Amino acid sequence: MKDALNENDPRKAWMGLLAKAPAGRVAALLGAAISRPAFTWLRAPEIGSTMVRARAGATGAPFNLGEMTVTRCALTLETGEVGHGYIQGRRKADAEVAALVDALMQTAMASSLRTAVLDPLKTEMTTVRVARAAKAAATKVDFFTMTRGED
Amino acid sequence: MYVAVKGGERAIENAHAWLAEERRGNTDIAELSIAQIREQLSLAVNRVMAEGSLYDPDLAALAIKQARGDLIEAIFLIRAYRTTLPRFGASEPVDTGAMACNRRISATFKDLPGGQVLGPTFDYTHRLLDFKLAADGDPPKAPTRDAQLGDVPHVTEFLNREGLIEEATHDDTPPPDLTREPLEMPADRALRLQALTRADEGFTLGLAYSTQRGYGRNHAFVGELRIGSVPVEMEIPELGFAIEIGEVTLTECETVNQFTGSKTEPPQFTRGYGLVFGQTERKAISMALVDRALRWEELGEDNVGAPAQDAEFVLYHADNIQATGFLEHIKLPHYVDFQSELELVRKLRREAEAQQLQEAAE
Repeated sequence: MKDALNENDPRKAWMGLLAKAPAGRVAALLGAAISRPAFTWLRAPEIGSTMVRARAGATGAPFNLGEMTVTRCALTLETGEVGHGYIQGRRKADAEVAALVDALMQTAMASSLRTAVLDPLKTEMTTVRVARAAKAAATKVDFFTMTRGED
Repeated sequence: MYVAVKGGERAIENAHAWLAEERRGNTDIAELSIAQIREQLSLAVNRVMAEGSLYDPDLAALAIKQARGDLIEAIFLIRAYRTTLPRFGASEPVDTGAMACNRRISATFKDLPGGQVLGPTFDYTHRLLDFKLAADGDPPKAPTRDAQLGDVPHVTEFLNREGLIEEATHDDTPPPDLTREPLEMPADRALRLQALTRADEGFTLGLAYSTQRGYGRNHAFVGELRIGSVPVEMEIPELGFAIEIGEVTLTECETVNQFTGSKTEPPQFTRGYGLVFGQTERKAISMALVDRALRWEELGEDNVGAPAQDAEFVLYHADNIQATGFLEHIKLPHYVDFQSELELVRKLRREAEAQQLQEAAE
């Protein structure tokens, strides 16, 4: 799904970030920034699964690899914006806050929420990723030649 | 004589109460938490997720605790739970080329771009018991080195400039799903891969080993083995576009296999593929070897009658929950079956004795 830039890309990016955030983290960041607005459920949080697919030989025909747990919900703010939460695992409270942030990002609060919630989240998750990659890099083998057989 | 019987409820209840007590063990010893199992027995958790066919580390850890560490029982619990979940959809095929690799090695190409990254491996350990682990104390911090983030292309892509390695050509045929329709023969490769990725590790290992020892030998090299996390993307109908809904850790093994050519294919290296949830290296390598063995027909190889070439034998016996279900059911009451067998044996015995008497009389 590496399409050219399109209008949905920013939303794709923040929804992906919210889906992968550690448990409770989005709630903590949002709670520190604002008090939660009122909303009504379009779909109350629900736990289910997604069948994860992969490709034979990494690039060939798709096959079903196995399922993962997912929690989803949808809500609407009093001002009408609809927010969706689709997150990994069985975490109804986190799905709710993900949907809330998704809805609020469509309001005038978008830029302040980006600063208060999304940017710190992204930084934290990148830090974790870089730390892991740095440990992996330290286990990279540096070969040196002792004798070269074909000489 | 058929006698309908009831009873045993109290015995069963008491057995379950004792089971709960035994599961807890000596209460002077601190109780295990789910988080401890998830963090410190993570390879057991990974196996339960892979063979339970449900990626959820906390659930797998709970299942291991409930099953007292019996991993097949834990897998059974996960499979049973899985059936209660509504299915929201299927993901886009994951892109393992975009994996954030913890480990990535090749046994065939020393100087692979990106290098040989060992990761947190048991390889090269001395396999001596470490009594330091029996004492308290934190491990030393793992060293770090500057790293580059970004996609890690597969080794075979680099090395296929000459076209000596079979290509896995892009295809978007929707795959069959054995969790929705019963597994039937002939099984195409997509169905075989689904069955193998959730197959019993021991069974898969044994079959893979049999191919190495000569039963359908296909001389596999590990072209590449990588472990790391990949994002999972799913199309959301109410949005009309795909978003990332999470991230899973996978182990991928690509073998390159010697192949002298057949009626339909030129001499080249062919490939076997293993992809399994979690850090599950032994299973992924085994899966790749068995996948390759099962491909004999499409590659125009001879069927030498090896067990690993027999798709029906492999796929119908690889699932440890089906296997243990059928195996263990024979310990449950079979009083009526056995009664009829008993009658039959008594009758045959009477007939045989009567015949002996008759022969003796003649």
